[in-house]
Amino acid sequence: MSAAERETLLEVEGLVTRYPVARGVVGAVARRPKETVHAVEGVSFTIAPGEMVALVGESGCGKTTTAQTVVRMVESESGVIRFRGREITRLSARSLRPLRREIQMIYQDPYESLDPRFTVRDTIEEPLLVHRIARGKQEREAKVREALERAGLTPPDLFIDRFPHELSGGQRQRVAIAASLVLDPKLLVADEPVSMLDVSVRAGILSLLDGLRKDGMGILMITHDLSTAAHFADRIAVMYLGRIVEEGPAREVVRNPQHPYTRALITVVPKRDPNEQTTPQILTGETPNPIHVPSGCRFHPRCPIAEDSCSRIDPSLQRPRDAATPDHRAACIVTAPGPSADEVGPGGHGSV
Amino acid sequence: MSTQPVLKTNDLHVWFDLSGGRELHAVQGVSFELRAGERMGLVGESGCGKTTTILALMGLLPSSASVAGQVYLDGEDVLAKGEETVSPHRWRDIAMVFQGAMNAFNPVKTIGAQIAEPMELHGTASGRAARAQVRELLELVGISGERADRYPHEFSGGMRQRAAIALALACQPQVLLADEPTTALDVMVQAQILELLVRLTRDLGLSMILVTHDLPVVAQVCDRAAVMYAGEIVEMGNMSTIYHDPRHPYTRMLFAATPDLLGDEAVVSIPGAPPRLDHEIAGCPFTPRCDTAFSPCPTTHPRRLDVGSGHEARCHLNDHLVAERPA
Repeated sequence: MSAAERETLLEVEGLVTRYPVARGVVGAVARRPKETVHAVEGVSFTIAPGEMVALVGESGCGKTTTAQTVVRMVESESGVIRFRGREITRLSARSLRPLRREIQMIYQDPYESLDPRFTVRDTIEEPLLVHRIARGKQEREAKVREALERAGLTPPDLFIDRFPHELSGGQRQRVAIAASLVLDPKLLVADEPVSMLDVSVRAGILSLLDGLRKDGMGILMITHDLSTAAHFADRIAVMYLGRIVEEGPAREVVRNPQHPYTRALITVVPKRDPNEQTTPQILTGETPNPIHVPSGCRFHPRCPIAEDSCSRIDPSLQRPRDAATPDHRAACIVTAPGPSADEVGPGGHGSV
Repeated sequence: MSTQPVLKTNDLHVWFDLSGGRELHAVQGVSFELRAGERMGLVGESGCGKTTTILALMGLLPSSASVAGQVYLDGEDVLAKGEETVSPHRWRDIAMVFQGAMNAFNPVKTIGAQIAEPMELHGTASGRAARAQVRELLELVGISGERADRYPHEFSGGMRQRAAIALALACQPQVLLADEPTTALDVMVQAQILELLVRLTRDLGLSMILVTHDLPVVAQVCDRAAVMYAGEIVEMGNMSTIYHDPRHPYTRMLFAATPDLLGDEAVVSIPGAPPRLDHEIAGCPFTPRCDTAFSPCPTTHPRRLDVGSGHEARCHLNDHLVAERPA
């Protein structure tokens, strides 16, 4: 069953988010041109209930901004965000409030995201009080305990009265997840949920998210770690400089990558088996800064297979010639030449 | 073995003083050898003692720490008289790239001046000669020599990490200790830095200890690995042997907890957490988390045993090897 046939939970279309660059007083007086960080430039994807989509990319590629825009923490410049069929792109803070229950965010650092003066109970109870959900202390207590159990902190009695400093990193992240689960959300947005944790406990947190997904939760996971995405996500979207350059079933994207950027990334990820290391195809230099985005295909200055026209044509996501599944797409005129590839990118945002 | 080890530690211990007269036994009898041109990974979770171990090799532990055991550099025990015997070797024979070193440059001094500092301090070069060496070092790590006059903020993260490596190499050491040198870097920049480290060991005959929590990074870069748990090396050997034939359950379970890009097996976390090191542990410290613990584990501390050529492990599962072998 493809994502399109299922009910869609989240639908993002042509999302554009830009930040102005502070010029400072000197810059303004000197009339330096106003500059813009093109953080997200025309990103589209969907998440179905019970589906985990991983947004993968290097720092500065726009994956976190995409997540923040989706949960309306950051305002988009254009594009459409639909949640359970309803457009939420421009909803006021007031009309957004009931939706905040249904879309919850999990942050990277459980050492920072928990209030050190709050017990586990206080932390998990807080969202119930804010959203005025449970009536009475007893009902709240029951919900807190249920959330603890769903987050794998069992028996709840062992954890409910503890303070964050009495918990390990993995347990803290479970408390943060429990505080999201207590609201019974439909969509979880997890921004690098395990990168601060020790390797030995990461799998536990990821399996917890996997279990929630199996129970019907939609999950958007932001990660820089392709191996984690390959193991736990249903689909992977690879971002480069504000764009999704490749998207498809997780297995297909890592085993049959079609965009030259993804292909290079796959070769440089160290493998567990010392005898199975591939020769890293190291791209020179670093990702250009998102203020001055290259013309045409934004990857062309670093691309090993770029052709002349790549500096002019901004490719849209197309089905690659060598794709094995119909829902695998890449933005590359060489590996995925499309009928509609023209000199303007998806959503009509030329960057020349 | 034909070649003498460049670096050798024997029964190294480190204790930290805690308040209330308590002590934290951070490193508990670490012994290993490092040969010329060899790359060894020191792997483990946070708090296992890997960074403390290499800081002890550098003689850079804080005053609250006490150290016991021997560290031999080219056969000389550099810990014998503390600072007096370590300081002539520090940076000149053994150097370190600290975790987060790329963010520790002085923002108001040029990169070149900062790399020249240890040369002048240790009298290996000064003035024009030092400036020439700085340019050579920068070229060596893949930065144009002309950029010596630039300030840290003019370098990207990957470039600053290259400069931090150049800084550690300023006095031409034989041993380079690199503490999580790629942890904060993107995967493509990580690949560039790892390639550089491999090239440096090949071209300069430099020996390297790579401290990391990331097993696949060790698998890609190192010949050998030492896995640390609760202050001890629990398994050490050829990287390929350790992966295909682990002889300590912690090594096996750590590999199983690490997702592999193209692997199909389920990723399984290790239950529980490492023990606190502020009291002595009677048996094997891994017992509460181990999936194969048996009768001797909670009470008897396992010995270090040879389980194959250059392969050793501290686990009672290997005890039968001793029984079979005549003493």
